[in-house]
Amino acid sequence: MFDTRGVSPSPTRAEAAALAELDPRVRPLTLAAERTLPVLPALGALLPAGLPRGATLAVSGSAGRSFAVALLAAASRAGSWVAVVGAPGFGWRAAAELGLDLARVVVVDPVPPAVVPECLGALVDGFDAVLLGAEARVPGASARRLAARARERGTVLVAVVEPWFSSGTRERAAQGPLADVADLRALVEGEGWGGLGSGFGRLGGRQVAVELEGRRLPGRRRQSRLWLPGPEGAVAPVEAPHLEVLGRHAPTPPVRSTA
Amino acid sequence: MSGAGTAVRTLAVLCPDWEVVAAGFEAADPRPVAVVRANRVVATNAAARADDVVVGARRREAQGRCPDLLIVAHDPARDARAFEPVVAALATLTPRVEITEPGVCSFATRGPSRYFGGDEALAQRAAAAAAGAVSAGPDLDVRVGVADGPLVARLAATRAGRGRPRVVPPGTAAAFLAPAPLAALAAFVPDPDVLDTWERLGLTTIGEVGALPSGAVVARFGPAGQWVHRLARGLDPQLLRPEPVPPDVTVAADLDPPAERAEAVAFLARTLAEELVDRLGGWGLACTQVVVIAHTEHGETHERCWRLDGPARASGAPRSLAAAIADRARWQVDGWLSGPAATRPTAGVSRLVLAPGSVEPARGRQLGFWGGEAGAGERVVRAVARLEGLVGPDAVRVAEARGGRRSGDEVGLVPTAAVDVSVAREVALTFGAAPWPGRLPAPSPSVVHRPARPAEVLDAEGRSVEVTGRGEVRRPPHTVRVEADPPHDVVAWAGPWPVDQRWWDAEAHERRARLQVVTDQGVALLLGRADGSWWVDAVYA
Repeated sequence: MFDTRGVSPSPTRAEAAALAELDPRVRPLTLAAERTLPVLPALGALLPAGLPRGATLAVSGSAGRSFAVALLAAASRAGSWVAVVGAPGFGWRAAAELGLDLARVVVVDPVPPAVVPECLGALVDGFDAVLLGAEARVPGASARRLAARARERGTVLVAVVEPWFSSGTRERAAQGPLADVADLRALVEGEGWGGLGSGFGRLGGRQVAVELEGRRLPGRRRQSRLWLPGPEGAVAPVEAPHLEVLGRHAPTPPVRSTA
Repeated sequence: MSGAGTAVRTLAVLCPDWEVVAAGFEAADPRPVAVVRANRVVATNAAARADDVVVGARRREAQGRCPDLLIVAHDPARDARAFEPVVAALATLTPRVEITEPGVCSFATRGPSRYFGGDEALAQRAAAAAAGAVSAGPDLDVRVGVADGPLVARLAATRAGRGRPRVVPPGTAAAFLAPAPLAALAAFVPDPDVLDTWERLGLTTIGEVGALPSGAVVARFGPAGQWVHRLARGLDPQLLRPEPVPPDVTVAADLDPPAERAEAVAFLARTLAEELVDRLGGWGLACTQVVVIAHTEHGETHERCWRLDGPARASGAPRSLAAAIADRARWQVDGWLSGPAATRPTAGVSRLVLAPGSVEPARGRQLGFWGGEAGAGERVVRAVARLEGLVGPDAVRVAEARGGRRSGDEVGLVPTAAVDVSVAREVALTFGAAPWPGRLPAPSPSVVHRPARPAEVLDAEGRSVEVTGRGEVRRPPHTVRVEADPPHDVVAWAGPWPVDQRWWDAEAHERRARLQVVTDQGVALLLGRADGSWWVDAVYA
């Protein structure tokens, strides 16, 4: 009845690993904690179980855009659809380098402000993950409704606040779209670029410090240091972590107030 | 169903170019017409084919070949609705007409053929009834074929003339098919790749495949090979062993208040279809035919049998099968409610019944392996349609690889209306391989300003930094000021990298020097110098 000729009786190590990876996915019962979207291995320290479905994330900091894209990269590779809204100038090549599958990305731009809540409602219904840029202004009342709808539908909402050149800089970072209702908040600050000298070299990688906190997170707070992007554009963990970073904000240079 | 192997004698009615006819054009319309779905031609009429408009061509390409081509959007619901009178006319000959797809239907001839005096007489009657089905307007172009098995009958119908049915005598299906090219089966064979393989091996006709030893074909080409081989020998390829329909899987629900419009039925149909697929799934079965029965308050009944073929069944995903069943129920009710006055019901639909017509062992996936993504594409299609209504079709876009030197040139955005989102696309971004010398290497900027934002780049003494004609920076950049923002000190920089492209085109010609800088806030910018001023081209955010 079954064609067993091509199947070897004992699986090789690679096959066993693949089977082990497959096993949790084909189990008929899924616990709430297991309803997650996969994340890149480099983000495993921050989200060991993956990205919880239905969660709302507020991402701020100078490397927020890259981090938000990196968060959704593995999910899109695994077949999830991602919508990008209110993020003009989306860097497609950078997104591809971070691992996003561009075949499963839909961009909605521009969105007239009057229909933003309705538009986001439709996105939450249809997509597995929605990336909101700073241009998607969500009024306070509908933000709560939107987050509730995302939780019910199992859609991950990632709202990015872009401090650079979006006027107002860091003061607004705390009150970006959905910041009040977010289950998880990530502060992603660049700690310096490599590869560039005074008139020579080219941009290599950037080290960032990620601080993730939220009520749905065991232990409430996690920190990690990443290459975001790494020298080839992908995400990689920083091999030797700075031990003293724990419990302290990454140093943020002050905003110059006068010319 | 008859016993194993032998095919059921079947009459097939085929309306050529049905998508075009359903859109309101006569079969012999002299104007070229193409029906388009997701920017691709899905059907044409004879006049368009004479101008080399082929199915599968892009819309723009088709218009290029035939400038006065009339373009009509594809609408499966319209096709099904328009086909309803034809089915109703055939239903006067026999109770069980199977709608294979809008434009094609078939029924078993055993009973009606004896009653009407043979296959030939029945075929003539069927052709006359179907051609005159639409009382207003000219006769439809209808082709009728009678043969052993629904597929052979359908192929016979394609060979029939208008008003001249093609009857393949019993037991001669193999001889009828033998000279036909293998390509005639392309739309029906479970795995079309096998046809390519045979063609490359020098087998061009169905008869040549049928002449091979059965065991060898099965061993080498698997189920698809067996399928064609059985067909070529005049056996029924579809069902080796018909499964009995299990009891108690029929699902039904009442509508209160009764539905006057098809939209109201659609929602219920979806729920019922999911339940039907679920119940059959419990027996390890999937249906290949579904019977949709609608009742009205006044006791009127409308029953149609639909064959489920195509991608929904091939994918085996329960959700898409349920969606296909629900679509057919909606089309049927729509066709009934909006049909001619003589056949239209006198009251709203009050009860909907879905019953499996025939079943096969389910081959489908049972669970969404990768985290429940089965049906994700379908959800996205619905969301995209809704968004297009909200923000306009040009504001909902997907990426398409293009290639280029500047950041943001590599990928173009095309409206989702122009691509089929429901099927897997490949955005093959071979950034590394594509020959674009002068492009900046990875990592790429995550925010690309289009248009670029004006900036000032000053040296230590506050003068604007110049790039010489040789592509050199004489005085290193010291501060960057972008629009009204406070200036930022430059802590590291490199470049400039000049690019001089499209010099053959006066409008697109671009001479640009690019500079990477990192500011004291740790922000990396890609600056561009063009036409004597500085711009922020992109941000590494």
